[in-house]
Amino acid sequence: MTPTESLSITLSVNGATVAREVPARLSLADFLREELRLTGTHLGCEHGVCGACTVLLDGEPVRACLMLAVQARGHSVTTVEGLTPAGGGLTPLQAAFQRHHAVQCGFCTPGMLMTATALLAGNPSPSAEQVRDALSGNICRCTGYVQIVEAVMDAAAGAEA
Amino acid sequence: MNAPFVGQPVPRAEDVRFLTGRARYVDDIRPEGALHAVIARSPYGHARLLGVNKASIEGLPGIVGVIAADDIAHLPAEIPIRLAPLEGFQRFLQRPLASDRVRFVGEAVALIVATSRHAAEDALEQLEVEYEPLPAVVTYDAAREGAELLFPEAGTNVATRYSASMGDADAAFARADLVIERHMTAHRHTALPLETRGLIAHEEADGILRCWGATKVTQWNRRALAVMLGRPEHSMDLIEVDVGGGFGAKGEFYPEDFLIPFAALRFGAPVKWIEDRREHLLTTNHSREMEATVAIAFARDGTMLGMRAKVSADMGAYVRTNGGVVPAKAAQFLPGPYRMKDVALDVEALLTNKTPVGTLRGPGRYEAHFFRERLIDLAAEELGLDPAEIRRRNLLRPEDMPWSIGHLVPYEPPSAVDSSDVPAAFDAVTDAIGYEELRWEVRKPQPDGRLHGIGLACFVESSGAGPSETARVELREDGGLRVISGVSTQGQGHQTVLSQIAADAFDGGVPPSEIELLNGTASLIEGGFGTYHSRAVVVGGSAIHLAARSLRAKLLRVAAARLQLRAEDLVLAEGHLRREGSVQKLAALAEVRGWMREAGETPDATETFKPDGRTYTCGAHAAHVAVDTETGQVEVLRYIASEDVGRAINPLMVHGQAIGAAVQGIGAVFLDELVYDENGQLLTGSLADYLVATSSCFPNIESITLENSPSTLNPLGAKGAGEGGVVACAAAIANAIADALRPLGVEINHLPLGPDRLLRLIPEKPAP
Ligand code: FES
Ligand code: FES
Repeated sequence: MTPTESLSITLSVNGATVAREVPARLSLADFLREELRLTGTHLGCEHGVCGACTVLLDGEPVRACLMLAVQARGHSVTTVEGLTPAGGGLTPLQAAFQRHHAVQCGFCTPGMLMTATALLAGNPSPSAEQVRDALSGNICRCTGYVQIVEAVMDAAAGAEA
Repeated sequence: MNAPFVGQPVPRAEDVRFLTGRARYVDDIRPEGALHAVIARSPYGHARLLGVNKASIEGLPGIVGVIAADDIAHLPAEIPIRLAPLEGFQRFLQRPLASDRVRFVGEAVALIVATSRHAAEDALEQLEVEYEPLPAVVTYDAAREGAELLFPEAGTNVATRYSASMGDADAAFARADLVIERHMTAHRHTALPLETRGLIAHEEADGILRCWGATKVTQWNRRALAVMLGRPEHSMDLIEVDVGGGFGAKGEFYPEDFLIPFAALRFGAPVKWIEDRREHLLTTNHSREMEATVAIAFARDGTMLGMRAKVSADMGAYVRTNGGVVPAKAAQFLPGPYRMKDVALDVEALLTNKTPVGTLRGPGRYEAHFFRERLIDLAAEELGLDPAEIRRRNLLRPEDMPWSIGHLVPYEPPSAVDSSDVPAAFDAVTDAIGYEELRWEVRKPQPDGRLHGIGLACFVESSGAGPSETARVELREDGGLRVISGVSTQGQGHQTVLSQIAADAFDGGVPPSEIELLNGTASLIEGGFGTYHSRAVVVGGSAIHLAARSLRAKLLRVAAARLQLRAEDLVLAEGHLRREGSVQKLAALAEVRGWMREAGETPDATETFKPDGRTYTCGAHAAHVAVDTETGQVEVLRYIASEDVGRAINPLMVHGQAIGAAVQGIGAVFLDELVYDENGQLLTGSLADYLVATSSCFPNIESITLENSPSTLNPLGAKGAGEGGVVACAAAIANAIADALRPLGVEINHLPLGPDRLLRLIPEKPAP
């Protein structure tokens, strides 16, 4: 197989089935951004460090810059665009981000939301330390993380109430 | 309905698009038929460039063309200095492509344009470029000595030297009971916004050359590009879309800001370039690398009598748009918020074979406050004074205002701190951290077995750079307002904060949610100077305030004539016009807009605000740290930063700015570091090597926003709020670590302070 060879893949993206021919070397991030025009998934380093490209693969956070699109074949991918609840608006987590001013430039935000969504799905009432641990693979250069952690804790508390 | 929105923690209106993945950053734009550019960059720190063999990649799949120095030789394409044009700098400007010599790893030598990014990247590997390596200049001493020159024709690596003074430093030192002098250094690091740079340029069918991805100072950059391309300014536009952070580095005029538009014109198609992270670390401005020998003269009671300093900045290989801001501001801010009138400074800027330097949030201040605040602690120890007490004895007091800080910057007029209550800002942090008890607690043996320390630092910070800013406020057809401003946005939330200002200036008659902001793009309004030096709210916001007041007055005048009432009897409320004291609505603003039209008045107003000098904030930081002497690891147990911002337009956002700035600043003490080897190779060219603060590093950061000293220089009373959180971080952390390590006789004079550095300072424990 050469890197320019095309392969056909079928996968689920944000609940819809997608079938495409893709070059073998196309990353999942580029596939989402360029093929599907889902530009909410961002690229901050393209070498697996910053977490801006985080999406959910079968519910687990993965770095879309490190995965090839063909590796997502048969899996279910959720991007930030897929978080929007039916009927629009914001999820409780997104609303908490806005309330707590957990967004400045917004470039890290989709990755943060995806990581935190996965965290809360597995652990609905994490400690602040667990939140910080879970988010430690997502770089934010603007907020200093304090308000992001507060937002995740608040969303968790709200879900419990 | 007076001032209902300014001062409120209004959540940001712009957040929704960022939270739902609907923001539009430059890389999200994919014009039809776009070509993709990649840049061939020097692998050498210093070398003769013997040739770029364009033929070596011609005919490769997808290749559209290659641009090298000879293609632009006919253009006046030197990148000009925007700020701080110190004498001598003109000799060291960068051209967009190197021609006969490369001076840092990452310097652009050719631009490859192809039909896809992959094709361009594949060709990049094949492009033949011939170099003859030269010895690299990487240290201050080698730069000064000049055995190897970056610009042989200049005959020196010293880009500039100057002296500046106020009062009589010699007399002050002659009176001194104690002089503390140290050689100190700050380390090279960079802003590292999470989004890298990127540009798309396209001459569209209307003949306008449009560039998306511009920011910060789009009007100035458009002017520069016009000169370089030899095209009228009005035939071009620089368009700002969402920007993923800037912190001073993004939006300056870089080589690519010429090359991408040039390529778009040459190939007659949209050209897109997105910087990768390695390129970013190699080519986007670095900052903060500086050495200084600083001496402070003290009287026995701790009074600071005077200061002498020699500051040398490593500027990297060229003088870029920010000119001498970094060394000049470091020198200017060395005296700090203290009553010290006798100061003598020598400043030099040195060229080395490293990435050129520019501004980074709090440029020069971060370094200067570190130098001075360390010396104050050393003096306190010598004099047997408490570090808080020695500061209190010297801090500027409200009754000292305005406080002249002399003429320490050659390219600026003399300046003065306009208003400040430094003691209150200092007490705020010492009270919050419980300084009086903690001071003694940290000296006791700790249950965790680590050495604890507490560090204090005070700062003064300027904001609100001139010369002016212009804003237009329009009454929309639906009765809402449209605000047009020349400031730009890199993620600060200006839509929200500037709407709050406009809403209040309009008597609250239109809520912020009905106010839209258009800003950033060069063509929107004449007389825009962009966003830097914490000026967007201070100067841009003031212009908006004036324009909204003007529109309000005009609207009320027309309505009063129409209704045969007095303008003073009319009020604006909830999108309507009402009579004072009555709840009855006379007309919707949309209708009043029609009256304005009928009366021959345009439903808008434009005003320019020209500040009479800079406005100064002040504040203090306090840090409590624990040092593990076995591992060199430092834990920041508590960190508190205060800043008197005059007036917090949106306290939620001021708090966010302060915390974010502090984590950047503290992170840089331990993590961020650009390391070069003796050949000028950057050893930290990826985020695996260049480390930044993550969510688990510094959980205990607090900020205190004070509004004790409204600015006297603008109608809002506002001062900058984005830089105070960063400027004293190195100072406070270094003082805290030095305090912790005092029993071991360790002095902290150099940054950074990661575990490896600290271990080198900590004496080995004697074998038991
Ligand atoms: S872009 Fe994937 S981790 Fe940074
Ligand atoms: S909000 Fe800018 S990187 Fe996180």
